[in-house]
Amino acid sequence: MSTVIVNDVRRGFYLDSVALMRFSRTISGLDGVEEAALMMGTPANREIMSDAGLLDDAGRAAEGGDLIIGIRAENKSSAERALAESKALLDQPTARDAEGVAWHPRTLRAALKQEPDASLALISVPGDFAIAEARKAIRRGLHAMIFSDNVDVQEEASLKQEARDLGLLVMGPDCGTAIVNGTPLAFANRVSRGGVGIVGASGTGTQEVSCLISQYGGGISHAIGVGGRDLAPEVGAISTLMAIDALDDDPATEHIVLVSKPPESDVAMSVLSRIGKSTKPVTICFIGAGEMQMPANAAQVFTLKDAARSALALGTDAVENAGAATIEVPKGRGRVSGLFSGGTLCAEAQVIFAAAGEDVTSNAPVPGVPKTDKGSEGHILLDLGADEYTRGKPHPMIDPSVRDEAMIEALKEKSVGVILADIVIGFGAHDDPAGHFAKLLQENATDICPAIVASVTGTEEDPQVRSSQIAKLEAVGVHVAPTNADAARWALSTMRARG
Amino acid sequence: MKQIDEANQEALRRMLSGDPVLVDVVPAAQAIPALKDRMILHAGPPVTWERMCGPMRGAVMGIAVFEGWANDLEAAAALASDGAFELHPNHHFDAVGPMTGMTTLSQSVMVVENRTFGNRAYCTINEGLGKVMRFGGNDEEVLERLAWLRDVLGPAMGEALRAGDGLPLKNLIARGLSMGDEMHQRNVACSGLTLRELSPALAATSSSTEDLSKALAFIGGNDQFFLNIAMAMGKAVMDPVRDIDGSSLVTAMSRNGTDFGIRVSGTGDQWFTAPVEMPEGLYFPGFTEDDANPDMGDSTIVETVGLGGFAMGAAPAVAGFVGAGAASDAANYTRTMGEITIGENPEWTIPALDYLGVPSGIDIRLVVETGLAPTINTGIAHKEPGVGQVGAGVVRAPMACFTQALEAFAESVGVS
Repeated sequence: MSTVIVNDVRRGFYLDSVALMRFSRTISGLDGVEEAALMMGTPANREIMSDAGLLDDAGRAAEGGDLIIGIRAENKSSAERALAESKALLDQPTARDAEGVAWHPRTLRAALKQEPDASLALISVPGDFAIAEARKAIRRGLHAMIFSDNVDVQEEASLKQEARDLGLLVMGPDCGTAIVNGTPLAFANRVSRGGVGIVGASGTGTQEVSCLISQYGGGISHAIGVGGRDLAPEVGAISTLMAIDALDDDPATEHIVLVSKPPESDVAMSVLSRIGKSTKPVTICFIGAGEMQMPANAAQVFTLKDAARSALALGTDAVENAGAATIEVPKGRGRVSGLFSGGTLCAEAQVIFAAAGEDVTSNAPVPGVPKTDKGSEGHILLDLGADEYTRGKPHPMIDPSVRDEAMIEALKEKSVGVILADIVIGFGAHDDPAGHFAKLLQENATDICPAIVASVTGTEEDPQVRSSQIAKLEAVGVHVAPTNADAARWALSTMRARG
Repeated sequence: MKQIDEANQEALRRMLSGDPVLVDVVPAAQAIPALKDRMILHAGPPVTWERMCGPMRGAVMGIAVFEGWANDLEAAAALASDGAFELHPNHHFDAVGPMTGMTTLSQSVMVVENRTFGNRAYCTINEGLGKVMRFGGNDEEVLERLAWLRDVLGPAMGEALRAGDGLPLKNLIARGLSMGDEMHQRNVACSGLTLRELSPALAATSSSTEDLSKALAFIGGNDQFFLNIAMAMGKAVMDPVRDIDGSSLVTAMSRNGTDFGIRVSGTGDQWFTAPVEMPEGLYFPGFTEDDANPDMGDSTIVETVGLGGFAMGAAPAVAGFVGAGAASDAANYTRTMGEITIGENPEWTIPALDYLGVPSGIDIRLVVETGLAPTINTGIAHKEPGVGQVGAGVVRAPMACFTQALEAFAESVGVS
């Protein structure tokens, strides 16, 4: 087999040398082609092609303004195929692989050059760098929302003090949810706009309350996240107080809801005293706290559901229990296994279990509930978004498979009568958590299975569409309660009915 | 912080106020009196013969024969290895040189004067394409061309330039940017504009039509003729930016084929070096990346002033060396370099980017903070001495240069 050299010369045809080098690379890579080049026929180029063994008499006779196609191939047919391909490229010189690429700024500085009117920076970087980035933001006059967690609490406090002095709000660190002027940020839902302003130290708590308010026909003016530790004594509720000030001044806000873990008494005092000065009615849900002395304009509630109802002046303590009657539980199984992706949804379930006097433990216990250990025999409500499950892994709201292992285990566990779960949708969440959940159930179903009770936190306007998520769950026999609180109550009443 | 920002603003002010003019072409020994017999200036930070890459050694051997210090290449190599030649970076003598960057006393150098500050910078004349000394070529053809540059073209250009008031470069480059040059891999427009400007004076001062014709043909036939002028321009503009206390701006980037080195205004003449990287690019027929020498040359002074890889948006075709090669890729290179620079040059704008000024003033703090190293457009030399250019592409400056520089800079401003 002898190699074949084929040349073709296009008289007076110019093309950019970089484009020609790209074509040369493409043609050289064709089957059966040993070497190929498309070059303008300048003396220097002809020398290069000659050295590469690519020229025949036709190519050697070319001039500077001519384009030479030189191909050395294993056989005649490969050479001719390559020549045809070369001509096709020259006849249609637009690079087929060239597609426009949008530019995304990599730094705050460049982003501000592009959007000089921006007023808020959302910061989501590894925790070690979050404070530094947030300082850059506030020093450029931006409010900051910090999605990152694992930030030192003293650093948080000093950042928030600096921001307060500049008249700027810091939402976070570890702020998962906010809705500002109708724009959902991070994990948030497309809710109706209206007169309720939320201050939330908890992401899923804010999501559940804002979605329920929307579901009950109300709407949200703003939902301001403050981060899980804003009410810790080191930070002293700096952002919470500023958020209350902001909502107090906001004419669109008629009612304020505060959702948080129970603060220590000093911090609670200052927050409650600030609330007492507000001219607006306030609903306070310190999830897991006992009854506290409230200012005259404030009402304390104990569940997220009641926070939503209270904000709209609907009756609280309402239980929608109709669905619970149809739930059947295998004989001899007395435990509820709660597998939550939302930390505050897990806390709300604990509050309901504890208030009913049940033997309940959790890996993320609210006050009054013991921490789960190996010997725990009662109901176990797990927050699967807690650090021990998410270290090095995505949060279960982003990747629902984080719950898979615990689900499969609970399905097999003979003492478990009800599995209680939450499905959280909206921006930032997985695109089909109910579909994932349903598929897992189908693949792991056995003859005798625990009953599954769940709720869906979200709205019809969310990308995943709440009703279609519910339909996917119901199609595989999941009992879907209207709220997370109701799901917890359904699970309880089911166990009690059979016991 | 504030003092650093102020120092950097002063640095940027000096950079943008530079007024570089090509004023003369003279023998290197006349331009650089410190350049003595048996001294060889090379590209990049300091490097010994032992650590020199193939093409750099090839060029040293060739230039030693050219200067008559050795009878043949073999003898030149033996002398070099015995330490018979004094080796120094161009940068230490107000000079720059492309790729291997050989500068010795008898070669002609182009003189660019920065009229705002009165300083001068020097660069040899570009040899053209094909087998050339800047890519390590050293055969008879290469040496004959160098002799012609020394004996004919250099003196002719010098005479032509001295007959007038020199060739102002700032606006010439501005026009080149609007015509598709980025001044590192693309110099077609500026080479043509230079020819247009110089031709009348070359004709007026020439006594030989044969020499004149050859000179015009040489300049007109070399798409990269302007590169060496752009480099001397870059050096002339950046030198007054050196030695500003507290400034974290880069004043030079340079590589010798073994190490990449940078200098920073606030840390004076210290080089911060790291091993050079391999360019990513396209190769001439018959060659692959296995043949390629790592990154080399003082030409990165062009990026240091905001051109080359920083002005890629002006020369979209150049983006074809890497990735998909779309025009938007080229624009993105320029915008991304805006992340590591403190300003834009209002006199050097890119029409296709809505007249965005080229990103200017590389701040080592921004480089380290963003993790974005400067993008450099470059030619690729064969790794063996004497072969020449095998391709062209794009390469990044090594991040380690900038982290080292930042540590030293922090110490210089009293932060540890």
